[in-house]
Amino acid sequence: MLLIACPHCGPRDEAEFVCGGQTHIARPGPPETTSDAQWARYLFERDNPKGLHLERWLHRHGCGQWFNVARDTLTHEVKAVYGLLDTRPDVT
Amino acid sequence: MTGAFRTTTGGRIDRARPLSFRFDGRAFTGCAGDTLASALLANGVHLAGRSFKYHRPRGILAAGAEEPNALVGIDRGPGRYAPNLRATQVEIHDGLVAESQNRTPSLRFDIAALADFAAPLIPAGFYYKTFMQPAGWWAKLYEPRIRAAAGLGRAPRGADPDRYTQRYAHCETLVVGAGPAGIAAARAAAARGDRVILCDEQAEPGGSLLAETRARIDGLCAQDWLAAALAELAAEPRVTILPRTTAFGYFAQNFVALAERVTDHLAVPDPNLPRERLWQVRAREVVLATGAIERPLVFPENDRPGIMLADSARTYLARYGVKPGCRALVLAAHDDAYGAALDLAAAGMEIALIVDPRPAADGELPRRAMAAGLPVRMSATVVGTRGRLRVHEAHVGTIGADGGVRGVDVVSCDTLLMSGGWTPSVHLHSQARGKLAFRADLQAFVPGATPQACRSVGACAGEFGLQAALGPATRVEDDPVREGGFAGALPHDRPRARAFVDFQNDVTAKDLTLALREGFRSIEHVKRYTTNGMATDQGKTSNINALAIVAAASGRAIPEVGLTSFRQPYTPVTFGAFAGTSRGELFDPVRTTPIHGWAVAQGAIFEDVGQWKRAHHFPRPGEDMHAAVRRECAAVRARAGIFDASTLGKIEVVGRDAAEFLERLYVNSWKKLEPGRCRYGILLNEAGFVIDDGVIGRLAPDRFHVTTTTGGAARVLSMMEDYVQTEWPDLQIWLTSTTEQWAVIAVQGPKAREILAPLTEGIDLSRDAFAHMAVREGRVAGVPARLFRVSFTGELGFEVNVPAGQGRAVWEAIWEQARRHDAVAYGTETMHVLRAEKGYIIVGQETDGTVVPDDLGLGWAIGKGKRDFVGKRSLSRPDIAAPGRKQLVGLLSADPGHVLDEGAQIVAMRDPPPGTPALGHVTSSYWSATLGRSIALALVADGRARHGQTLFAPMPGGAVPVAVTGPVFHDPEGRSLDG
Repeated sequence: MLLIACPHCGPRDEAEFVCGGQTHIARPGPPETTSDAQWARYLFERDNPKGLHLERWLHRHGCGQWFNVARDTLTHEVKAVYGLLDTRPDVT
Repeated sequence: MTGAFRTTTGGRIDRARPLSFRFDGRAFTGCAGDTLASALLANGVHLAGRSFKYHRPRGILAAGAEEPNALVGIDRGPGRYAPNLRATQVEIHDGLVAESQNRTPSLRFDIAALADFAAPLIPAGFYYKTFMQPAGWWAKLYEPRIRAAAGLGRAPRGADPDRYTQRYAHCETLVVGAGPAGIAAARAAAARGDRVILCDEQAEPGGSLLAETRARIDGLCAQDWLAAALAELAAEPRVTILPRTTAFGYFAQNFVALAERVTDHLAVPDPNLPRERLWQVRAREVVLATGAIERPLVFPENDRPGIMLADSARTYLARYGVKPGCRALVLAAHDDAYGAALDLAAAGMEIALIVDPRPAADGELPRRAMAAGLPVRMSATVVGTRGRLRVHEAHVGTIGADGGVRGVDVVSCDTLLMSGGWTPSVHLHSQARGKLAFRADLQAFVPGATPQACRSVGACAGEFGLQAALGPATRVEDDPVREGGFAGALPHDRPRARAFVDFQNDVTAKDLTLALREGFRSIEHVKRYTTNGMATDQGKTSNINALAIVAAASGRAIPEVGLTSFRQPYTPVTFGAFAGTSRGELFDPVRTTPIHGWAVAQGAIFEDVGQWKRAHHFPRPGEDMHAAVRRECAAVRARAGIFDASTLGKIEVVGRDAAEFLERLYVNSWKKLEPGRCRYGILLNEAGFVIDDGVIGRLAPDRFHVTTTTGGAARVLSMMEDYVQTEWPDLQIWLTSTTEQWAVIAVQGPKAREILAPLTEGIDLSRDAFAHMAVREGRVAGVPARLFRVSFTGELGFEVNVPAGQGRAVWEAIWEQARRHDAVAYGTETMHVLRAEKGYIIVGQETDGTVVPDDLGLGWAIGKGKRDFVGKRSLSRPDIAAPGRKQLVGLLSADPGHVLDEGAQIVAMRDPPPGTPALGHVTSSYWSATLGRSIALALVADGRARHGQTLFAPMPGGAVPVAVTGPVFHDPEGRSLDG
C-alpha cells in the first residue's frame, strides 16, 4: 500500500485515493480541427513505463482534490507530489 | 508425568500444570508451555502426518514455522475447524482436539500409501504427460478423480462463529522478530524515544534465547538476561510487544501486515476477545530480525519419522524439556549439529555417531564433542535409512576423493539429526523488494540493498552468533563461532533411491534433475513443473537445496540460477483476519430511503439496487408478483400511483458558470433554458457512449438541480469534479451531492393533479401555469418543496422533492389524498413496465457502454450548433458514423402471450447455422397490462430500417418469431402527459 502525501492533507494511505492514470494529457480541441488520429491518441493511447510515471490521483476519501504524483512503477517510490496545474517536476 | 521422553528438569514448560489433549482420538498429557509438537514428542510420538503425493509417513522435522510435515487440523467445535496448522506452532491447552491429515483410515495405516509403490510411475510432470489423451476424458474422468485426491486438510463446515478485528498502527520503528537481534534493535529504538512495535510469531518473545544453553550475556544466563530485557521494554509506554503475531506481508512504503492470534491458545477464551487481529502497520523504519531456518540435508530416505533438524531437536530439549529419542545419529554439515549432540548427550541421550560429510571440522564445538568422547566420522554421509513408521537404522558410507561413496555400515538409531547450516529468513526483505546477495561461505542468500527504509539484523542478515545480534555494548561469553553449511544433494551410489528436497510436496532430487533433462532451465519453470516450494510452507526448508541441485546439475553457479520469488503470506493467514468485521450485515452498507419504513409496513417486496433497498412491488393478500404489477400498472394508467424515487442521484450545480459547465458536459443545450424549466439531459463519456441520463431543472440563472440514475450518482459527481478541477479550472461553480437531502415522491397518473392540489401551496398546478418539464418551488403538505412536472410513465406526473427528514410525513399526506382517488403505491417493477411501454430507456439496461445517443433514437437531444461537449468528437469517429449500428427498436412476439427472455439474441433466420453473428439482443421485456400482451425493447443492427420485418429469438424450445416495431408502444402522441 502506497503512502501518498496529499498536497492538502499530508501523508495518507493509498486506500484513501483513486488513481486516474497518466497525467499531462491535454484534451484536444476544438472537434472540427481535431483529426481522428489525434482524438484516438487522446482516448486510447497511454504510456506504460517501467520506472518513472507521472499520474493523476484523487484524494477521494479526504479533501476530494485531484493532484499529480511522480511514481516509480518498479519500486513504488513516490518521487514527487505536485499540483494538477503545475508543470512537471524535475525528477528522473 | 507428561510423557516418557520428558526430562525431569529444565525447559520453559510448567511440569506442575499438566494439560490433557487428544490427537487422532487418543488422549495425551502435556505441560503448560508445550506446543502440540513438543507434547507429542514428549510422549514418544514422531509420526504426525502423511505426505501429499506419496502418502509417506512423516514425522516432526522442525520446531517452528518452517515445519513441512506435521500439519494438523484443530477442532474447536462447530464452524471452528482450522486445517493445515503446523503442530510446531499450535500451543496446547486443556481439551485441545487435534487430528492428522491426508490419511485414510489412519495415520499408521493409510490406503493411499499405495501411491508410494507406484512412485517410479509418477515422476515430476506426471499429470501433464499422462492426462493428455483422449481429450474428452479430461472433464469426465481425469479431472474429477484428480480433484478428489487433491487438497490438503479439509475445509471447515458451517459459518465461522468467531470474531476478527483489524487495527491500524503507526510507529517510528517496527521490529519483526523478538530474538536477540530484535530485542537489541527495539531497545535502541526505545532509547531514542521512538514509538516501537516489537512483534514475534511465537507464544513468548526471545527467539533463540529461549533455548540458549551455553552463552552468558552480561554475566547472566540467556533466559535471565532475556527476562530483564523484556521487563525493561515492557515498562516503556511507547513500546508495544506483540507475541503470537506473524508479520506475513511487506508492502510498499513500509506498510507491514501482522496477524495476531489472540485466543486460540486458551482453553476458555474471553468471549469479548476476537479470535485474531489483523494489524496494518505503517512504520518509518522496519527492522527485520527474522532469524534463520536450519537446512535439512538431502540424502536417500531422508524423510522417515524420527529424522529431524539438529537444532530443532536441541530446542525441544532446552526449551520444552523433551528428549527426541533414545539413540541418535547426527549428520552434521555444520558445527551447530555438534552443539546439539553435546546438549542431547548431556541430557542422557546416546549419540550413536556423528557423521560429517566435510573432510575436517576443527571448530570449537566439534573439538568439544570429540573431547567429550562422542564418536565422529569425517568425510562420511548417510546413504539410506530403514524403518516404516520410525527410523531404526541408518546406513553410513565414506565419501571418497572422487566424490563416490563406498563401504556401508549399519548404525541403529531411533533418531537421525541433520544440519546443513542456516538459511537466513529473507522473506520479508525480499517482499520489500530488497535485493539478495549470495554468500558462498554460508551457501545462502543474504539481504542486499532495499528501496525502503528497512534493514535486516542478526541471523537473517547472515550475521550469526549472539555477539553480532546483541552488539558490542553487550558482553557475551561462550558463544563460539560455528562454521559449515551445505546446500544441494549429498553424494550416494543408489540411483533408484529417493532423496527428498521438498517434504510437503514430495519433490525429490531426481525430480529436479529430470526437469532439467526435459529442458527446463529457468528456476521459476523448474519450480512450477516439479512443484518444489509450492506447498503451504513455500519451500522454507527446500528452496536453497533445490536451487543448489539445479545449479550443480546444469553446471551453473547458484546466483546464476537465481531465486524464486518470496510471496506473501509468510505463513498462511485465515480468511477471517482479512475479512475482519466485513461480513454479514456489515459486509456492505445498506441504504434505505426516508419512506422505507412505510413500505415495510405495507408489506412491500424489496430489491437491491446497488446498496439501496427499493420497493419492487406492493402485493396485496393472495397476489403474486405478476398480479401485483398488473394491478399497479393498470391503476397508474387509469387513476394514479405514487412511487418512492428518493434513490435518484441529485447534484446541486451552483455558480456563475453553472450553465456553461453543463453545456460543456452534457450533450444538450442549457444556456437558453429558462429558470423554472427542465430538460432531459444525456451524459456521454469522451468515447461518445451514453453513461448517464436524468432530468435537470434550472431554478435560477446560477442554480441547477441535476438528477442522475440511482446507480450513477457517485460516478457522475466524480466525473463533474474531475472536469471542474482538471479541464476547466477557470469555471466558477460549486458541486454538492444532495441525493440524501431530498426525498422524492413521484405522483403519476390522470389523477395526479387532483391528488396534489389540496396539499400544495404557492404553486399553480394548472396545465397552463405549470407545463410539462417545468419546476416550481413552494410547499407541499406544509413542507418546503421543489416540484417537478415530469413523467417517466407517460402519464401526467409530478415529482415532489422535500427535505429527507419530512419525506415520510409528506408521503403519508400524499397517500391519504391518493387513496381518495383509489390510487396505488407502486414499486420499481411497475415503474419499469410503464416506462418500457413508452420506450423510455434505462441507462445500463438499454445501454451497455457501447451505445451512442443516435442508437437510442435520442439524437434530437444533442444541442444544435454546440461546438463541443464531452464525447462530441467521438460521435464523428468513422466506426460510429458507419452504417449497421445497433439501434433501439420495439419487438412484438408473434404469440402475444410469450414474454421474451431479456438478453435473448436476435437473428434474421429461424435456424441460423452455428457461427451466425446475432443482429442484436433483447434489452427489456415485460408483460404489458396496458396493451394486454407482451412487449420488448431490443438493440438490433439497422433496427430503424427493419420496422415491419420478422426476426427470430432462438431459444432452447425453438426460435420465437418477433415483429420489429418502433420502441413506443403506448400513446405515441403523448396525449396522456397533460392528464
